Amino acid sequence: MQFSENWLRSLVNTDLDSQALSHALTMAGLEVEEMEPVAAPFSKVVVAKILSAEKHPDADRLQVCKVDVGLAEPLQIVCGAPNARAGLLAPCALVGAELPGFAIKQAKVRGVESFGMMCSSKELGISDEATGLLELDSDAVVGQDIREHLDLNDHLFTLKLTPNRSDCLSLVGIARDVGAITGAATSFEEINPAVVELQQTKNVTVTEATACPRYAGRLVSGINAKAATPAWMVKRLERSGLRSISAVVDITNYVLLALGQPMHAFDAAKLNGDINVRFAKTGESLELLNDSTIEMKADDLVIADAQGAVALAGIMGGKPTSVTDETTDVFLESAFFVPSVIAGKARRLGLSTDSSYRFERGVDFGNTRNALEYATALILEVCGGKAGAVVEVIGTLPVRQPVQLRMQRLISVLGVSLEQEKVAQLLAQLGFSYAVAGDVFTVTPPSYRFDITIEEDLIEEVARLHGYDHIPATPPVAALTMLAAPERQLHLNQVRATLVAAGYQEVVTYSFVDESWERDLLGNNAPIKLKNPIASNLSVMRTSLWGGLLETLCYNLNRKQDRTFLFEIGAIFHQLADAYHESTRISGLAYGSAKPEQWSATNAEIDFFDVKANVEALVGKECSYEKAEHSALHPGQSAKILLNGKAIGWLGKLHPKWQQHYELPKNTYLFELDASAVLSRQLPTYQEVSKLLPVRRDVAIVLDENIAVETVLSAIRKASIPLVQDVALFDLYQGKGIAENKKSLALSVLMHDTQKTLTDNDADTVITNLLQLLQTNFDAVLRN
Amino acid sequence: MADLTHLIAEAAADFSNSASMNDLEIAKAKYLGKSGLLTDALKGLGKLSAEERPAAGAAINVVKQAVEASLNARREAILNAEQAKQLAQESIDVSLPARAQSQGGLHPVTLTLKRVEQLFHSIGFEVATGPEIETDFYNFTALNIPEDHPARAMHDTFYIDEANVLRTHTSPVQARYMENALKNNQTPPFKIIAPGRVYRVDSDATHSPMFHQVEGLWVDENISFANLKGVVQDFLQKFFERDDLTVRFRPSFFPFTEPSAEMDMSWNGGWLEIGGCGMVHPEVFKHVNIDSEKYRGFAFGLGVERLTMLRYGVNDLRHFFNNDLRFLSQFR
Repeated sequence: MQFSENWLRSLVNTDLDSQALSHALTMAGLEVEEMEPVAAPFSKVVVAKILSAEKHPDADRLQVCKVDVGLAEPLQIVCGAPNARAGLLAPCALVGAELPGFAIKQAKVRGVESFGMMCSSKELGISDEATGLLELDSDAVVGQDIREHLDLNDHLFTLKLTPNRSDCLSLVGIARDVGAITGAATSFEEINPAVVELQQTKNVTVTEATACPRYAGRLVSGINAKAATPAWMVKRLERSGLRSISAVVDITNYVLLALGQPMHAFDAAKLNGDINVRFAKTGESLELLNDSTIEMKADDLVIADAQGAVALAGIMGGKPTSVTDETTDVFLESAFFVPSVIAGKARRLGLSTDSSYRFERGVDFGNTRNALEYATALILEVCGGKAGAVVEVIGTLPVRQPVQLRMQRLISVLGVSLEQEKVAQLLAQLGFSYAVAGDVFTVTPPSYRFDITIEEDLIEEVARLHGYDHIPATPPVAALTMLAAPERQLHLNQVRATLVAAGYQEVVTYSFVDESWERDLLGNNAPIKLKNPIASNLSVMRTSLWGGLLETLCYNLNRKQDRTFLFEIGAIFHQLADAYHESTRISGLAYGSAKPEQWSATNAEIDFFDVKANVEALVGKECSYEKAEHSALHPGQSAKILLNGKAIGWLGKLHPKWQQHYELPKNTYLFELDASAVLSRQLPTYQEVSKLLPVRRDVAIVLDENIAVETVLSAIRKASIPLVQDVALFDLYQGKGIAENKKSLALSVLMHDTQKTLTDNDADTVITNLLQLLQTNFDAVLRN
Repeated sequence: MADLTHLIAEAAADFSNSASMNDLEIAKAKYLGKSGLLTDALKGLGKLSAEERPAAGAAINVVKQAVEASLNARREAILNAEQAKQLAQESIDVSLPARAQSQGGLHPVTLTLKRVEQLFHSIGFEVATGPEIETDFYNFTALNIPEDHPARAMHDTFYIDEANVLRTHTSPVQARYMENALKNNQTPPFKIIAPGRVYRVDSDATHSPMFHQVEGLWVDENISFANLKGVVQDFLQKFFERDDLTVRFRPSFFPFTEPSAEMDMSWNGGWLEIGGCGMVHPEVFKHVNIDSEKYRGFAFGLGVERLTMLRYGVNDLRHFFNNDLRFLSQFR
């Protein structure tokens, strides 16, 4: 909501200067988003009249003017403007004037003395472009300061109004609130009913009285639609951001700005028969003022005549019945449409208008007729004509229910002590009528307030007028209890710390991704789609964090970062049956050399087992890794990670085709883990520590190369061979001395007994049992 | 018996001429070996009479002890010299760079969230979470924003379908948390913060379609608007480690709080908007079956990127989501 400060000040008499007024509005909830002067500061510019304009002796485009600036003698001024001519009234900057960006001095222009400068609106800084001198109206007084003449000592205020304050969508409304905030007196123009000089009226019926509880209209005939809008009105409209269009349209806009009541004027000659307010019929269409034709739905409220819809109620008028320069008779409409009927419609139709904006938030239904009279008076004044009688249909208007305000509740909610008298005074300043019983106010809100229905609404009103600044900042007092500290549940920050220690940098990428990532990289043909994505490459919800990590890798490779370890923790999204399901993933990417380039280490590239170590640091050693295929990963170097048989993630090398696709010079490794599996862990439980020394035996076996090492190790662990405490692989060999398709595993077997020292015999038995087991399960033999 | 005293000096000379342990062993053999001079002399005692023997023996022993002492002294000297040599050989350039380890780091938004969680944890707030694909009901209706309410237009919502949206704020966690708590027979006080990602259809230099908020909620019997101011001010002062920092509350409107306020923070002589807050609206309590006559609460929502930018002096929101390592690595 933009408006002229001077217009506001004409309605409310406050001592506050512009800055203080702006601050007061902001601190009372009417946030001043912008306050800018109508014109930049300048001085010594006056209304001047060109008495004569002669061609400059030495320049084709210049004229030498004699100019009356209200001094005893006219001034000689050289001027290059094409519209400089005798008789013209225009601004003149006198010698010594300070204009935006430059000063005026006495000067010789091509040999002719010039004592000032005739000005365009651009030179005064009040418009961005100008083709010549600013031509002033004939009533301008020569010698008057141009700032006064053009009312330039004014500011444009722009309020960012919250949706609850529809009462402030007008100058009168804002003035009323300024009065409430500051206690200043308001002075509103008294609006008298027009004298009825026209016999004709137009019949109005309201079929949908619930949607339109009040409709007032009247004919005004014999008007001059071509009449010029008065300059003062044009100025106020312009300073509210509205262009002047034609007198009738300007007047309806002016009433909307002044009183907050949207108005519509129909060309009465183009209306057929009576006016009816009803819902649209199936298939009914209407050509609107903005030249679009819409097909209406059964819940769109329309104004119709005998032939069909002529306006979309409360939103926009129809083109065929609109006022033109040729119009002589108008039918003026001022109505109250209930917010719920208008709400959402403008958005659905893509037609947010000043009218719909107000109706969907709430228009003062107590002011419908007053606004009609105000518009009538302005039309009669500007366009002439004769007014007919007002035809008004009133149904059941909203009733403002009394709302209780308990002093005790007020004080305890706000946490500030307030005197009852003070509260009474604030309610009175707001113009709310109330009764008091003990320490309870019963308040009846006025018709222009749609936001006062419960006690909290009143508490907020009192608080905002009292001033939020005057409410103290008090620490709460509460009973002390400790928070739970679940030890079996890790915090994600611990996971982060582990990855950071392993050299990974955390990133945050978008949760919506390119559909092709999902389809091609992840093999997901049915991702969750956004109905209104911000860009086509951010249109579906991710089911893996890898796409974002790969994109981040490319972004940084392009910036010469050739060693990149990234991780992200975030949600992924799946659709399961009809429900959306999301879970948190911990995802990592490793690219480049295993260690930072340095003098004391080789520059070896990272490999699968480096990254597996990083994964193991998160998931522990309980997990198993099962060779499995994934569309993003190298089929020979990818593993499904299992915890107690349940898949909890993936680890692998990026598939060479993707490496090529992303133009990655080196190998890339990826992992992704389900956070819930990573975060839960067992409490440590004590095992007896043997006082006796353990015995280690090493054994090398040869078996088929396709048997996964983990299968062998877990088979040994599962067999629970007596005395065996741990088995570990310490060497893997293939090649000379080992048959083709075979491999040799060197295992260390750690044995102990808590009760006695083990003998060689004991150890031999263990190894025999072990070899027996491996022979049976894997056809493994002892290596010679 | 010949006087052997001269052997002390001779042995000492031999020992000190031995440059290595090996030489020393050879020199030792000459005196103390199986057929060394002193060994022989001791063997020769047998040939003496019983009267002569003790004195002669004692004399030899004196010499032997002196030779042994000189041997030990030399042995230690050689060992020390060898060790010194080895140490000199093992000397390194300690100024060489350390063996480089990979250094990772946290995203600055995480740094802020950690601090926020830590500070609120210190006064007993727990962390609560909720889904990012949120139902229209929890994102709007349960927060007193009915269908077609103009406040919905303030939210530039991403839609998944008719009934589901990407949450536009972390406020739905309020409703979900309270509903859930009551289902589990917990009653207020409720003290939670809910950090997380939120989404708005908006993208330019100062808006990202995805960003982070932290929601805070405290419900108890005697919570007031003054307490809200107290907690927010305390938090901001601690977060920025600035005791002189002040908070300004401006009346505003959110359908789920009343009275509502925008929070501004004093910064470089002006005011900066850092979030919205207010007293929990009775309609919100009604949706989750909390008696608003008995309980009151405050709620606030803070912009995490905003806090981070102010804390570290970051001047462009887009840095947070470009993930340029040259930017991210500054926060290690």
